[in-house]
Amino acid sequence: MQTTITPPTRQRSLWQRWSWLLWVLVIGIIYFWTINGLKFSGFQESAASVSKSILHGLVHPTWSYVYDGSGEDLVSLILQTLAIAFLGTIVSALISVPFAFWAARGPKERYFLRSGSGKVVLTLIRTFPEIVLAIMFIKAVGPGSYAGVLAVSVHSVGMLGKLFGEAIENMDRGSEEAITSAGGRSGQVFVLATVPTIMPEFLSYTLYRFEIAVRSASILGMVGAGGIGTPLIFAIQTRDWSKVGIILLGIVVMVLLIDSLSEQLRKRLI
Amino acid sequence: MSTPTIPRRSWAQRYHVKGIGWTVLMLVLLVASAQMTGVNVGMFFSNLGQFTNLLVRMSNPAWDYTTVIIQPLLETIQMAILGTTIGAAFAIPFAVLSASNLIHNRWLRGLTRLFLDLVRTLPDLLLAAIFVAIFGIGSTAGVVTLAIFSFGMVSKLFYEVIETIDMGPLEALESVGATKITIIWYAVLPQILNQFISYFLYTLEINVRASTVLGYLGAGGIGVFLQRSLNEFNYNQTAVIILATLVVVLVIDGVSNHLRRVLL
Amino acid sequence: MEQTAPIISFKGVNKVYSNGTVGLKDISFDISRGQFLVVVGLSGAGKSTLLRTINRMHEITSGEITVEDESISDYKGKALRLLRRKIGMIFQGFNLINRSSVEKNVLSGRVSYYPTWKTIFGLFSKADKEKAVHSLARVNLAEKLYTRADELSGGQQQRVAIARTLMQDPKIILADEPVASLDPLTTKTVMDTLKRLNQEDGITVIVNLHSVALAREYADRIVGLRAGQLVYDQPIGNVAEGDLDQIYQTPEGAKA
Repeated sequence: MQTTITPPTRQRSLWQRWSWLLWVLVIGIIYFWTINGLKFSGFQESAASVSKSILHGLVHPTWSYVYDGSGEDLVSLILQTLAIAFLGTIVSALISVPFAFWAARGPKERYFLRSGSGKVVLTLIRTFPEIVLAIMFIKAVGPGSYAGVLAVSVHSVGMLGKLFGEAIENMDRGSEEAITSAGGRSGQVFVLATVPTIMPEFLSYTLYRFEIAVRSASILGMVGAGGIGTPLIFAIQTRDWSKVGIILLGIVVMVLLIDSLSEQLRKRLI
Repeated sequence: MSTPTIPRRSWAQRYHVKGIGWTVLMLVLLVASAQMTGVNVGMFFSNLGQFTNLLVRMSNPAWDYTTVIIQPLLETIQMAILGTTIGAAFAIPFAVLSASNLIHNRWLRGLTRLFLDLVRTLPDLLLAAIFVAIFGIGSTAGVVTLAIFSFGMVSKLFYEVIETIDMGPLEALESVGATKITIIWYAVLPQILNQFISYFLYTLEINVRASTVLGYLGAGGIGVFLQRSLNEFNYNQTAVIILATLVVVLVIDGVSNHLRRVLL
Repeated sequence: MEQTAPIISFKGVNKVYSNGTVGLKDISFDISRGQFLVVVGLSGAGKSTLLRTINRMHEITSGEITVEDESISDYKGKALRLLRRKIGMIFQGFNLINRSSVEKNVLSGRVSYYPTWKTIFGLFSKADKEKAVHSLARVNLAEKLYTRADELSGGQQQRVAIARTLMQDPKIILADEPVASLDPLTTKTVMDTLKRLNQEDGITVIVNLHSVALAREYADRIVGLRAGQLVYDQPIGNVAEGDLDQIYQTPEGAKA
């Protein structure tokens, strides 16, 4: 014998039952608008042949460019790129510290006016395009890697300040409490408890940001702010694909090395 | 009071060799970098006038320029949406192939991950410069650039999500002899869908930011106008472009953040 | 132990948090010099708050607390730091600086004797470095002087925290659930250490515990808190089996 089991009727409103349809509709409209709006007419006849010569260039890189002692070779410019990233990251890490304390929500803060305003400023810095910053600094100090350093220094504050600030908000305040209860002044609490507690995280984020800065520094040269980007854009414009090939190779090796080095260091920090 | 025995410190510990070593290394690197990049603090301050002059000119935006840039701004968003979608679509199979809990063949996994690592080393503007050379000036180059850029990023985020799933349901299905595809569809997908969408939106945010400058090298969108205004020294137009970009980025961030909060 | 003049006394102390929650309600009692006092009660009963009002880590809303016959409510700046210097504090989470050496952690207890600029450069005197070794020896950890704090076990970390407190030459030690994150064996070493300091140095020790068994084993006197009120106060000789159950009744349970 079989008893019929009536499944419990699910109490769902009309909206709950059909809201997915609305989502499908919205997403459909967005994609319809997207695909219709873009013009793909820019397709060149030569695309295939250009791709072919690029591939040919990539597998036949100009090895002689790697090092020729002129100071304008691949190794020198890669080192210059790393120098831009390194210096820019260090400077921005230093600038980021006060910004981080500005933007971090304090334990006793009431309406988050201070931290809120700090967060807005950091968002503005983050959104300001790095390339535009580089161009502005080129106007100030002339083309070259100095402008690149300044651009990286300022732009990185947006992200580092945010990450540092979050680290401060989430830090364990136990050791601060211990020093206060031992009769320490606020400055001593900062030196003995806050700094040692927060330092490893700050260093780890700085290393992470350095990885990103290496990538930025390698393209800032495209607008004239020093590093490997300058010969790269030049080689692309003159269709010297073998040279593009060796530069790309250089960038890939540099980034992979830096990433793995930084990852090792960060693992040891935490 | 008797003197307690103090433990011995090695020579390296006593003289803080590690700390001093790191400090010296950092200082050497700093000095070397400063030399190599020709950093000159004095020059920056003596030329500060030009920089502030630039800021002053930018602080007076040419508001009537807004109407000109609405269309390219929308194009920028369209480029970002399409690029992210294509990149994410290609990322899914690669993410599955890189996930250690789904693919037990170490060689296949290692090879896929190496490929993804290589893709991720390439900065977005570099890709843009190459694709402009291939496809010519226009948004096609931008979409392809963003697709590849987001492919590298999303595939890593996705396989990290896949590796954290609960393996229970998978084992249950495996034990009844289900095929790999069935397992992925019924046991993996439901666990990861929300996080996938969340990361997709996150990548979209980053791509909207990135796409605003791609045009600087001719890859379509608002960047084209950015370059034009800068080249023509129309900094009051540059200011409008930056402000408009800011608004767009903040709106997209806000919408995406809200959706992600609802999803997770 | 003979009863002497009170070292700490609470007179009608009330504490209301800014969100309206009552922390302490009309607390009045004296703690005599050299006593080993254990405060028991459910979590949220106000034990932590009570302890922290003594060194002004928490402010009270009304009433008065005196330490060595001086009202502490109006202390500011230097006076407050001097008050805190003579009151050591031990925490549930040890609150060490994890990545620093044991030596540095112990020396940091001496902070109130130094101006800020000396702490910045870590310029602790030779005498204080020796003192740090002796403090560590008193908790049997001298051999760990140069070890990183986070490489120690929980019980060892808590003993380092006690050594840090000893650097203050405290007259009073406040211990807020000092053994809550420890296993039974290390619990015993930590509690024994506190008891020894109490007996050998005559330091007044006030400990928050939620374990009644531990309280009975170590205390000279037990006070019980429930919902911010003092509901029990007996010297250890008068504590009878079952007495303490009433402290652990929830307010709902009490009504039933």
